Amino acid sequence: MESKARRKERLDRGIKVRTEGIYAVSSLREITYLLLPRLVLILGLLIIPLVLPSMYWQRLICMMGIFALLALAFDFLAHYVGIVCLGGALFIGLGGYIAGILNSSYGLPPVLTIPIATLGGALISTLLLLPCLPVRGIYFAIVSLMYPLMLSRIIEALGLFGSTDGLAGLATFPNIWVDQYIIIVMVLIALFALRRLTSEDFGLVLRGIKDNDQAVKASGMSITWYKAQAVFIASVIGCFGGAYLTHLYGWVGLSLFGLDFSILPIAASVLGGIGTLVGPVLGAFILIPLSEMLRALGPLRIVFYCLILVGFIVFKPEGLMNYFQRKYHQFEHWIEV
Amino acid sequence: MSEEVLLRVNGASKSFGGVKAVNNVSFELFKGEILGVIGPNGSGKTTLVNLITGFIKKDSGRVFFKNKDITKLPPHKIADLGIARTFQIMRPYHSLPAYKNLIVPLYSPRVKRASGGKLGDRDAVAIDLLEEIGFERDAYVPYKLASSLPLGYLKRLELARCLALRPEIIMCDEVFSGLSMAEIASTVPIMERLQMDGITLIMIEHRLRELFRLTNRVIVMNFGEKIADGIPEEVMEDKKVKEAYLGTEVI
Repeated sequence: MESKARRKERLDRGIKVRTEGIYAVSSLREITYLLLPRLVLILGLLIIPLVLPSMYWQRLICMMGIFALLALAFDFLAHYVGIVCLGGALFIGLGGYIAGILNSSYGLPPVLTIPIATLGGALISTLLLLPCLPVRGIYFAIVSLMYPLMLSRIIEALGLFGSTDGLAGLATFPNIWVDQYIIIVMVLIALFALRRLTSEDFGLVLRGIKDNDQAVKASGMSITWYKAQAVFIASVIGCFGGAYLTHLYGWVGLSLFGLDFSILPIAASVLGGIGTLVGPVLGAFILIPLSEMLRALGPLRIVFYCLILVGFIVFKPEGLMNYFQRKYHQFEHWIEV
Repeated sequence: MSEEVLLRVNGASKSFGGVKAVNNVSFELFKGEILGVIGPNGSGKTTLVNLITGFIKKDSGRVFFKNKDITKLPPHKIADLGIARTFQIMRPYHSLPAYKNLIVPLYSPRVKRASGGKLGDRDAVAIDLLEEIGFERDAYVPYKLASSLPLGYLKRLELARCLALRPEIIMCDEVFSGLSMAEIASTVPIMERLQMDGITLIMIEHRLRELFRLTNRVIVMNFGEKIADGIPEEVMEDKKVKEAYLGTEVI
């Protein structure tokens, strides 16, 4: 029996040419290697509603999707533009209230209110955040956290839009399947659009601003203008979540300005892996159900929740997705030599 | 070298607290020349560049580019007019490959205008530009992450970033510092070629020997003031310049 010499070789050898992001694909196996993770992600998200058909889970999936959108927006701004944005509550609140007002006062259907609220809310958010765009540092985070507090107090104090009761009896989606698939498809669109954007020339300018904003200025480009566009993109994603939430429950109220919408996306991003875009989506799809399941523990819920998060940050600070990606790239197979 | 004045600085001043970093400095930059700016450490050379390019606000004084007042313009508008600059402390876009570093200037409004909106493949333009300035294409250096490049390449990347903007003036802030003799020897011809291509250069430099090979006019600064302006040989014989570099007692 003849013996052949064999050695191990990494699966992505030959695919990844010494460089960042340039691929030379030459066989079906290599195409499969590249496409498999994307297919698993897309199919996985589309199948979730089918395998978890109970009423309880259906509502949860919708919330998971909203938080996934917010986490995507956070990750995009934090890792690709260098803006730490705690404006989740601002986006949800503005998007939600605009959709709610349009529906209750003018009787517009969700097909119209959602796009108008998405774009209008994003425009207002961007204008509100514009003053703190030229400065670097922590200021953006503070201001973006303050606005939702301010707006909810204004609504409460002036008794606007139903004040503390909110606006009830708004239009809802036709059935639970529409509920779920709208948000899941939007998560997928936002995810792949952002991934594409960050590797386009426009995205490279944004990444340049994060690495060295002085050099971008010296290249003759206004960093404020580019940051404003990035914030607008992130708020479009967030405000859609708000408008969707309004029509999901047929109700808007002050809880749309709640702190959860600002803080949980950060936790989801850290858990899933900052800078991967997929990671934050994964993080949201883990954290939200986890927080529900821990409900059985009663008052200790938050304690366990925090412990899990702290444990993750200490032992796996890179996040799940960065870890998985590294392992996937290290897959090896035997080849004959 | 023509007698056309490209850049005119009139009495630029800047104080940081009680320190007069730049004190009433005036000079003219002629089209096509290489102007050297020398002086001891802390004499205000980099601050002068920051004042001209708008990165720091002037306390007083005015700057004219082609007889147009650019004193109050923000940095990106000044760069947009064609005044590029390198930074003394290099911070490339470290998360991007070297050639992608040039995409930012290539994407700028100035380049879009100059090329009539049709630039074709920016990646290819960037790689050509890098090869021109000494990145070996065959060794895949242009594709390496900027954070993994050695100093010599970073300095050239900084220059390439300016060049990508198709500038009229480049202000080089100590491009030779930290380079080996061999690296400097390979950079000098690049500067000469830039001048031949019609780009006007301001070079802040401590490496006088290499600088004097390139330039025939220098400005000497000390404690924020311009103390001399002229051809290198005469300037270095100036009493005030000798004092600035060597101290009073020696002379």
